[in-house]
Amino acid sequence: MNFLEKNISSMQLDILKEIGNIGAGHAATALSTLLNKKIDMSVPDVRIVSFNEMIDMAGGPENVVAGVFLRIEGDAPGSMFFVLPLTQAEIFIRELPGNIPFCADELTYDELALSALQELGNILSGSYLSSLSDFTKLSLFPSVPMISIDMVGAIIGTGLMEISQMSDYAIVIDTALNDELQNTDAVNGHFFLLPDPESFQIIFKALGIHDYE
Amino acid sequence: MNSILEIIKVGIADMNIVKTPGLIRTSGLGSCVGVVLYDLGSEIAGMAHIMLPDSSLAKNTSFNSAKYADTAIRNLMSLLEKKGAKTSRLNAKIAGGAQMFQYSSGSDLMRIGPRNVEAVKKELNSLKIALLGEDVGGHSGRTIEFNPQTGDLMVRTVNKGQIVI
Repeated sequence: MNFLEKNISSMQLDILKEIGNIGAGHAATALSTLLNKKIDMSVPDVRIVSFNEMIDMAGGPENVVAGVFLRIEGDAPGSMFFVLPLTQAEIFIRELPGNIPFCADELTYDELALSALQELGNILSGSYLSSLSDFTKLSLFPSVPMISIDMVGAIIGTGLMEISQMSDYAIVIDTALNDELQNTDAVNGHFFLLPDPESFQIIFKALGIHDYE
Repeated sequence: MNSILEIIKVGIADMNIVKTPGLIRTSGLGSCVGVVLYDLGSEIAGMAHIMLPDSSLAKNTSFNSAKYADTAIRNLMSLLEKKGAKTSRLNAKIAGGAQMFQYSSGSDLMRIGPRNVEAVKKELNSLKIALLGEDVGGHSGRTIEFNPQTGDLMVRTVNKGQIVI
C-alpha cells in the first residue's frame, strides 16, 4: 500500500506501459492468428485509479459485457480482466473455427458459446502472461479463467476482492484491442492488468530497476 | 411536488444518505452487498455498497470504512442519527452477494458474496435493526434504488428484469 502513496517515477510508468505493450501485443497476435484477421491495439494506458474510476474505464457500472477474469499466481501475483462488449463477443464466437451454433439472445445460457469464449480468454491471457514471464524472467501462471456476462461493475467489483483488502486504488494497465474490419471507432475489447500492490517492486526488480529512494 | 427528483449515486465501497423526495441508487452490485437503512417516520435513508465482510481483513490500518460490512453499517447508522433519523425506528433492506463466476477454484474469495451477506445480517442483528427485505445470492449483478418515502427497494438485474422488495 505504501507503494501507491509514493509517486511512481516516469521511468517506472514507462516500464508498466511496456509490459502492457508486450503482453497485449502477443495476445493480439494470438487473436489475429486464431481468427485469421487483422487486429489493432492501442498504446497502453497506465493509471492509478480508484475502483469507481476503473469501472468507469470499462464503460460504467451498468454496461453489460462479457468479462473473463483470472488470477495471476507465481512470483508476482495479480489480477487480469479481459472485457468485451456483448456484440463483439458474439462476433468473436462466430468467427472462431468450428462454427459454434449459438443464439445471440441467450448467450448467457448457452454453455457451448460461453465455453468457447472462456477458451478465447484462456488463450489470450495465456499469451499475455507467457510473454510477460519471458520478458521479466518471473514465473507467472494464470488460474483457470472465469467468465461472466453481466454488468461490468458486478464483474470487476468481484474481481477486485483480492486487491481491495490492501488498497482502495489499483494500478491499471489498460490496452484496447480493435477489430479492424468493424468500421467503428468503438473499442472492441480491453485488457486490464492489475498487479497486486506488493508485486510492483518484484516486477521492477526483475527488470533491473531498483528502488528509487 | 414540483421539486426535481434527485437521485443520489453511491459508488463501490461508498455510502450516502437521502431524504424525500430524493432517491438513492447503487449500480453493478456483484458479490458486493447494498445495505439500506431507513426510517420511514422521518423519511430518511442511507445506503452503503460494501465489498468485504470484516474490517479485520484490512491489511493496513487506515482503511475506507464503507468497504467493510461491520464498519459501514455502524457508520451509516450514526450518520443517519446525525441527520435526524431515530435509530430505534431503523429498518433494513439488502441486496447483492451474488456469486459472479460459476467456476470456483476453491479459493475462499470466490465465496465472498455469501460471506458478505452473512456478515451484514450478523451486524444488523447485533444492532437490533430489523431486516424487512432481501434479494441476495444467485449469479447476477444487481442495480438497486431506494425510495425513502415509500420504503420500496427496486432491484434490477440484466436477465430477470426488475422487482420491488
